[in-house]
Amino acid sequence: MKREPNKFEEAGQAILQEINEPDQEQEQHKRSVWSVVSIPLLAILTGLIIGAILIAATSSSVYAAFGESPWRGIGAIFSEVYQAYKALFTGSIGDPVRIINALRSGEGSAIRAAFNPFLESLVQATPYIFAGLAVAFGFRSGLFNIGVEGQLFIGAACATFVGYAIKGLPFIIHMPLAFLAGALGGALWGFIPGLLKALTGGHEVINTIMMNYIAFRLTEWLLSGVMTRPDSGGMPISPLIEKSAQIPQFFKSPIRFHLGFFIALGVAWLIWWLLFKTKWGLNFRTVGANPRAAKYAGLSVPKSYMLAMAISGALAGLAGAVQVLAVNRSMALGLSSGYGFDSIALALIGNNHPLGVVLTSILFGTLRNGATRMMVVSRIPIDIVDVMQAIILMFVAAPAIIRSLYRLRKSKEGEETVFVSGWGGGQS
Amino acid sequence: MTPILQLSGITKRFPGVLANDHIDLYLNQGEILGLLGENGAGKSTLMNILYGLYQPDEGEIFVNGESVVINSPTDAIQAGIGMVHQHFMLIPVFTVAENVMLGQESIKFGDFLDRTDASKKIFEISEQFNLPVHPNDLVRDLPVGIQQKVEIIKLLYREAEILIFDEPTAVLTPQEADELFAIMRSLALQGKSIIFITHKLREVLEVADRIMVIRLGAVVGETTPDGASKNSLAAMMVGREVNLVVDKEVKIPGEVVLSVQDLVVTDKFQNIVVDHVSLDVRSGEIVGIAGVQGNGQTELVEAVTGLRKNSGGLINLLGENITHATPRQITELGSAHVPEDRLADGLVLPFPTAENLVLCTYYKEPFSKGVVLQYQTILEHAERLVHDFDIRTPSALTPVSNLSGGNQQKVIIARELSRPIQFLIASQPTRGLDVGSIEYIHNRIVNKRDEGCAVLLVSPELDEIMELSDRIAVMYRGKILAVVDSRHVTKEQIGLMMAGEMPEEGFSAKEKHVVERTF
Repeated sequence: MKREPNKFEEAGQAILQEINEPDQEQEQHKRSVWSVVSIPLLAILTGLIIGAILIAATSSSVYAAFGESPWRGIGAIFSEVYQAYKALFTGSIGDPVRIINALRSGEGSAIRAAFNPFLESLVQATPYIFAGLAVAFGFRSGLFNIGVEGQLFIGAACATFVGYAIKGLPFIIHMPLAFLAGALGGALWGFIPGLLKALTGGHEVINTIMMNYIAFRLTEWLLSGVMTRPDSGGMPISPLIEKSAQIPQFFKSPIRFHLGFFIALGVAWLIWWLLFKTKWGLNFRTVGANPRAAKYAGLSVPKSYMLAMAISGALAGLAGAVQVLAVNRSMALGLSSGYGFDSIALALIGNNHPLGVVLTSILFGTLRNGATRMMVVSRIPIDIVDVMQAIILMFVAAPAIIRSLYRLRKSKEGEETVFVSGWGGGQS
Repeated sequence: MTPILQLSGITKRFPGVLANDHIDLYLNQGEILGLLGENGAGKSTLMNILYGLYQPDEGEIFVNGESVVINSPTDAIQAGIGMVHQHFMLIPVFTVAENVMLGQESIKFGDFLDRTDASKKIFEISEQFNLPVHPNDLVRDLPVGIQQKVEIIKLLYREAEILIFDEPTAVLTPQEADELFAIMRSLALQGKSIIFITHKLREVLEVADRIMVIRLGAVVGETTPDGASKNSLAAMMVGREVNLVVDKEVKIPGEVVLSVQDLVVTDKFQNIVVDHVSLDVRSGEIVGIAGVQGNGQTELVEAVTGLRKNSGGLINLLGENITHATPRQITELGSAHVPEDRLADGLVLPFPTAENLVLCTYYKEPFSKGVVLQYQTILEHAERLVHDFDIRTPSALTPVSNLSGGNQQKVIIARELSRPIQFLIASQPTRGLDVGSIEYIHNRIVNKRDEGCAVLLVSPELDEIMELSDRIAVMYRGKILAVVDSRHVTKEQIGLMMAGEMPEEGFSAKEKHVVERTF
């Protein structure tokens, strides 16, 4: 006898059908989005898991608990990891309880303070966005710009100089001027290796590394000579920049959230538009993906390299400028905690796409910011976060590991391996 | 007699594709079996199953009548099956001996390599099968033809009885190919059994004892060279009648479009590679440049398209002096270029088909306005070309790297021929393509000529040159030996000239236009 299917079965059938024969186009779109984000997301997850193992393995209280009994040990592992990741979370995003209480109280200052961890993460993310865009733009144009750190220092120095040496300008002129001075300084520093590559074929990887050393020593010399603060007592630190040159912060101290973050988003949009919507961008990308075909299509490969290095350098210079003008308000040698180098990895995770760079920068900023809190609260060394970041990067750089770990099938569309061309692709 | 190799009911499915559909095949000892099929017909899948790179979903493999399971190339070698891949599996910085013994090293005193012993074995093999190589040469210094011999020796060193050649002539000059066929025959005579995979009709007819044709993953026919013709084989391969001879009417050429005078081009070591070449191409005619690869054709094309600096002479295109013009200036005069190496020069592989279709024109209206690319227009343009030129792609946004070789070439042909052009350079326009695509591309080129376009065709395939050209210029060691009317010359005469010899009757190296056109 034939049984009438009940409602649940019908629903189940419908869902099954949906899964098996989904709308083709929608499905393709979903799949392509998934194929782009799956590797970074799973890499982050794996990084957190391995980070947890490290936290447990380096915690003395876990060993002490294991000394008492294995059950206590396991309990200690979970509580340590929970404490650490809770601190990481509340330090970088905010404490949900506190946020809710602050919102209930309706007090402006309390709300701002509750959201500060999140805002501070965005502050940390801002230089990453500029530096990441610099690297991504280089990769898209077929160039491996390792010189972002040096370009960042030169950019910062130029922005600082314009910021304190010129006096009496109105904000509306002075701040943009100082900011653009940073771009110009970085552009010059990037242009030199670009020119060398175009004229002599000298590889930009070597030349940008060398330009880094020159930049570090040059700024050191400037800060302890020409640009020293008069009353610093010999410390290598520049004078404070003029108020008119400062990029404004939105709230009272200690909240440092500033306009620079939105400028960074605007620049990211601009770079996306330039790369993917204009003929210039197609020029750069064609040279980056296949210099021989670019030459065949009538493009000047050397010219493209020079321009791309200058633009990449300008973006790197902005990373330095934004730190000086919005956060530090003067320049010291400890300006960058390796933004220029982290940004190489960051651009790779972000698939060298401006949107990817912005998202990854926020992730990096969040991790950095949360790590500080994790260190304070649960006495976990900040190095653990460095290790976690390194692990995430390794997995992103070697997607085969993640694929085999999570049994992912290789995406059929063929992932764009733009970054590979940076090393050997420059055949001209 | 039991066949040395038998496949029965081999089936292999890939997501969405039935690559091999119950294929039955046998190979007798000492036989050369030609396996013919278009690109994507499933030949390579079948051979990869045989070589242990894929596992069949169904079916069985018998070697000498015994059922074997081949899970890896190591199993294949154990079973006496060896494969000469289309792209060689050699390590360039190793010597011939080191490459050959790799994986089966001769060893003495514990762990030391015994190069002498290996060299001796290699020497014996090369004597026995007439494969002259020097064991101590570095592989990277060897020409492609010799590298292939090293690959063959590798198999013989491993005592393979069944040799699979996967499209072995794709990388060879016609002379090297002839030499390879002689080697294959000698191997077969000495008892080795050979499967020869190709899509070139002439080759199977020349060398195979028996021919099997595969289409869309299934065996569609079996025949012998005596019982088949190029036309019958092509029809079997493609599944319809194929017109192998291009219909071409005699046309009276018009104005001189390209005029090259006394052109000299040097390579990076300052050797002269194009040696005082003079050549005219008129509108409405196809001038073919015949010659063994590496005789200066590539450099001549690069000089004419502005990709390479020339060291002397004069090039005029459509009345303009383009001797020192840039590629873009030359393109904008109304010329098109189908490059020799489509993957390296003609396409940007990771980019969508649509962007590749505007590679040379995207910076102009209507594809950009100001600096902004008009993606809507670019897409519509791409969809029109995909339709007009029958480019098989899932969509205009699919990266060209995902298209088959034939369709990649169609992208280039569509891009270059859809522009209003008066001059076309086609360099090896059908290299590595299957019969159907070749027919199509030949017709397109002839159509352009009929519209009044001047065409310079460069190809090492003599058949292609003979079929398409109105006039033929033979290049040898950087010089043009002669320019002849294609109707008044035989293949043999051209072949001789390609080898640097002038045939007796009436040809002279001094005169450029030896046989005047007889209109």
